[in-house]
Amino acid sequence: MKVSMEWLRELVDVNQNAEELAETLTRGGIEVENVENLNKGFEKVVIGEISSLTRHPNADRLWVCDVNLGQQNVTIVTGAQNLQAGDRIPVAMIGAALPNDLSIRKSKLRGVVSEGMLCSREELLLDASVGLDRSEGGILVLAAEAPIGENFGKYLGREDSVLDLELYPNRPDCLAMVNVAREVASLTGKQPHLPKWADTAKGLDLPVAGDFKIIIEEEELCRRYAGLVVEDVHIAPSPEWMQRKLKAAGVRPISNIVDITNYCMLEMGQPLHAFDRDKITGNIHVRSAKAGEKIVTLDGVERSLQADTLLIADDRQALAVAGVMGGFDSEVTGDTKRLLIESAHFAGVSIRRTSRRLGLRSEASNRYEKGVNPYGCVATLGRVCELLLELGAGRPVAFLDELKTLPPQRQITLSVQHTSIVLGLELKDSDIRQVLENLNFKYEEKEGIFVVEIPTYRADLEIEEDLMEEVARLMGYDLIPTTLPQGDTTQGRRTPEQDFRRRLRRVLVQSGMDEVMTYTFTGAAKDAQWGSAQHSISLLNPLREELSVMRTSLVPGLLEVAAKNTARRNTEISIFEVGTTYWGDEKPLRELPREVLRVTGVAVGKSGRHWLNSQTQYDFFYVKGILEEIVREFGLKFDYRVPENRPRLHPGRSADVYLHNECIGFLGEIHPSEEKEWALERAVVFELDLGVLFKHMRPIVRAQSIPRFPAINRDLAVVVPIDTSSAAVMTKIHKLGGELLQNVELFDVYTGKSIPEGRKSLAFSLRYQSLERTLTDEEVNNLNSRILEGIQQEFDAEWRK
Amino acid sequence: MKKEILRIGEEALRELQQLDKSEALQELKVKVLGKKGTLTALLRQMGSLSPEERPVMGQVVNEMRSRLEKAWEERSAELEAIALEKRLAAERIDISLPGSRVARGHYHPLTQVVEEIEDIFLGMGFQIAEGPEIESDYYNFEALNLPKDHPAREMQDSFYITEEILLRTQTSPVQIRTMEKLRPHLPVKVIAPGTVYRNDDDATHSPMFHQVEGLMVDQGIRMSDLKGILLNFSRQMFGESREIRLRPSFFPFTEPSAEVDVSCMLCGGAGCRLCKGTGWIEILGSGMVHPKVLEMGGYNPKEVTGFAFGMGVERIAMLKFGIEDMRLLFDNDLRFLQQF
Repeated sequence: MKVSMEWLRELVDVNQNAEELAETLTRGGIEVENVENLNKGFEKVVIGEISSLTRHPNADRLWVCDVNLGQQNVTIVTGAQNLQAGDRIPVAMIGAALPNDLSIRKSKLRGVVSEGMLCSREELLLDASVGLDRSEGGILVLAAEAPIGENFGKYLGREDSVLDLELYPNRPDCLAMVNVAREVASLTGKQPHLPKWADTAKGLDLPVAGDFKIIIEEEELCRRYAGLVVEDVHIAPSPEWMQRKLKAAGVRPISNIVDITNYCMLEMGQPLHAFDRDKITGNIHVRSAKAGEKIVTLDGVERSLQADTLLIADDRQALAVAGVMGGFDSEVTGDTKRLLIESAHFAGVSIRRTSRRLGLRSEASNRYEKGVNPYGCVATLGRVCELLLELGAGRPVAFLDELKTLPPQRQITLSVQHTSIVLGLELKDSDIRQVLENLNFKYEEKEGIFVVEIPTYRADLEIEEDLMEEVARLMGYDLIPTTLPQGDTTQGRRTPEQDFRRRLRRVLVQSGMDEVMTYTFTGAAKDAQWGSAQHSISLLNPLREELSVMRTSLVPGLLEVAAKNTARRNTEISIFEVGTTYWGDEKPLRELPREVLRVTGVAVGKSGRHWLNSQTQYDFFYVKGILEEIVREFGLKFDYRVPENRPRLHPGRSADVYLHNECIGFLGEIHPSEEKEWALERAVVFELDLGVLFKHMRPIVRAQSIPRFPAINRDLAVVVPIDTSSAAVMTKIHKLGGELLQNVELFDVYTGKSIPEGRKSLAFSLRYQSLERTLTDEEVNNLNSRILEGIQQEFDAEWRK
Repeated sequence: MKKEILRIGEEALRELQQLDKSEALQELKVKVLGKKGTLTALLRQMGSLSPEERPVMGQVVNEMRSRLEKAWEERSAELEAIALEKRLAAERIDISLPGSRVARGHYHPLTQVVEEIEDIFLGMGFQIAEGPEIESDYYNFEALNLPKDHPAREMQDSFYITEEILLRTQTSPVQIRTMEKLRPHLPVKVIAPGTVYRNDDDATHSPMFHQVEGLMVDQGIRMSDLKGILLNFSRQMFGESREIRLRPSFFPFTEPSAEVDVSCMLCGGAGCRLCKGTGWIEILGSGMVHPKVLEMGGYNPKEVTGFAFGMGVERIAMLKFGIEDMRLLFDNDLRFLQQF
């Protein structure tokens, strides 16, 4: 809502400037988004009179003018050829910033100092309606009466500021100037002076029209339809003052009739529409469109209507799309002699649907959508009558008011005590009284209980709490003190799952991975590659195809991040995300789908070159090492098995990850055939299910003592067939070593020189230790031999001395 | 004999001063004072001296011996010092060379901010509640006093899956779910961080973003309590000297409602580019829980009151870290992420 300060000042005393009032309103709950100064660009442009003009001594085409600005005289050089002494012209003074962004500085033209600039229409962005005809192509020459020394913006009637209100959905009443004035009055403790028709209970002193009827067929969608019949219509432009206010409000002036309807809408909040009465046949029907019905709207477009579109029609055809746009056939034209002016109440839901569907939004539809006061229909017509007569635009002769059930008028009971408690602010009866007086609400009070009559224009006030907000905002939210809740202390704590997720993120970050955050919706094809097309959930109204299904895997999102970073030459990529996947078990969904948490990672590239450290290759084992950190943190044991069905992973460099015999995800290099799609070389991915991890995790660390007795280390190298699983050998070693074998590390894997073809050497470091005593070399040697024998038997191994 | 002692001694002393290796020094010591040393040999000859001469000569030998030993010690300390000096000089490194590489990962800035918010409210006795991101129309709107066709639904363009199921547009449905779960227990005191969605994508809006919701319900909860909790939060989040102010606002699920501004963390309230000269920055929406919402959650609004608030995590992160473009948060460029 654009509120002209000039207009507002006619309706209420304002002793603040536009910026100050904007602050008052914003602090009072009516947010002012912007204050526009209409005089912008004209601040330093004044009207001057050319006292004399002489040829420039050094230039044939230039003139040197002595200009009288009232308070002072200045010398200005101009190249214009349309001036004569005595002309009144707009003068941009030094320091002026003109509407066309030109800044005026003191300058010297061929040796003569020029103290400003004489302006053309173009420089001031004005059209031919301003100034004398001979201004064309030269300096703008004003009428001889233009007052010397006056600000040019003021002369043009532009000395106004416009507040742009950003209204919350609960305050559609402020789409009317009278209600903005009431609001300003309430917040500043003033009385508004409104047109008498702002009292919505006022009726018209006109006869009821007898030559036609209004038939409301859709009672749910139209509660009231009032029509004013006007004769002796004389179409002309509206007066300057009305045009100026309309323009300030962002509405284009058209003709006196249209302008009056718009003016009254802006003032009273009630949308109006004028029909050419002589183009209406029979009665007015408020009805829904019939199947296949069409209408040509004011803009000349033929529109097919859906069956639930609310229409205004006569006995023959549709006249207007109710509340949205008038029809071409019943439009008011220069020849119109008689009018029917509609002032009706339509249901916002219906208007919203229609205006969406037709892609038509207007000041009227906007008001209907947000809510119009049905009590104001007739009173607004009263204001229309007044203006018709004032402007000599027509003679109101009769009216009709078809009325269905209106919403009941409300009373709200407000308890001072209850309000004090809810706000946490000690209130006295007199405080409430003051607030209600400022709001101009009628009330009765008895022992701290106020029964308040809610005016019909404040439909947002429904319950006691709504009035509490009125109390708080009129007194000022700043009065509410700062306290802490009373009552017992409570424990703040995370649930075990929440704790687990934090720890999981921490392990991954500590392992050197960077956390990313990707969109949870993705493209259907991409998701199907790594997730499950059968379970994926599609959006009805996605932003675009690439964001149209809820992911069932995080992998595509992370590969995309890796690819993007690679393209940007960020080549050390080791990233993870803990995020949700969404699984629908039916199509279409009837129940809420399953939301399954996953942890997913991608690593690709290698660490950068460094003068001291060798480069870490982000390969299968790098990622497996990170999974081992998860295992350690949560006291788990993963089994890595050759995957059965992972077509997008490298078959020789991937594994299914098992926990307690349940497959919880996978790890592996992406298949070489995938590399081209992502433009990634040897990317390694993993994805694990969080739920199963959480189920088996060890909530806290059980500490183990440090043995007091010395350890004995032995190395053991064996040569085994090349496809032998090192993990199996390791498991066997552990089994044979028993409890004295504290730790086994695989420290070397070797094939090549001195190792026969088809075999590999595995070298283990074994650490023996007892918690109770110092071990002897002999028993360790025995154990070691037993281990060696065992391995030789089971794995076709040879001891590599 | 005395002469001989003095000669050997003086010679050894001279020689010793010229040696520059501790091994040579040791050799010389053995040569003079060792079992077969020259001075030791002289000492052995003492037996042939008269009883009167013996103590005199003994004294001479011992004096020389201790002189020698002292000189040895001094010289060897000197040599050690020189050797140490040499070693230190030889071991000098270029301290300007870069340090060894440490593979450190980074939390996403939004995770950091959510965890910080969580920790602040955990410290004030709030628990953390969660709810589904794919939500029913009932929980996302209706139970929050936003019936179908309510104009306020337009404030939030939704992504729909079916007519009745959508991506939640706010974390507020967790309010209802929490109350349903906890009723009739008091107090209800939770925050609910989570991902939310709106059909909007431009420089200042992301179709997916994050909110933290807060809800407290108990007997006698006041709007001033809301103010107290939020002041506490703002100071922990943005600095001890922050102030807050409440402005009337509108949310369908609170009444009275308030927008909360915090005094500008950049200029302290004097007015700057960040706060657009106002000294205040809007950080969250809040209010007293609407009686209808309490009812929907299973509490009697005649017996209990409550407050609720909701903040945008992206906005807090941008303010906290001085991030100028929200899109950076979801662009996942490692050069950006590795700053945090």
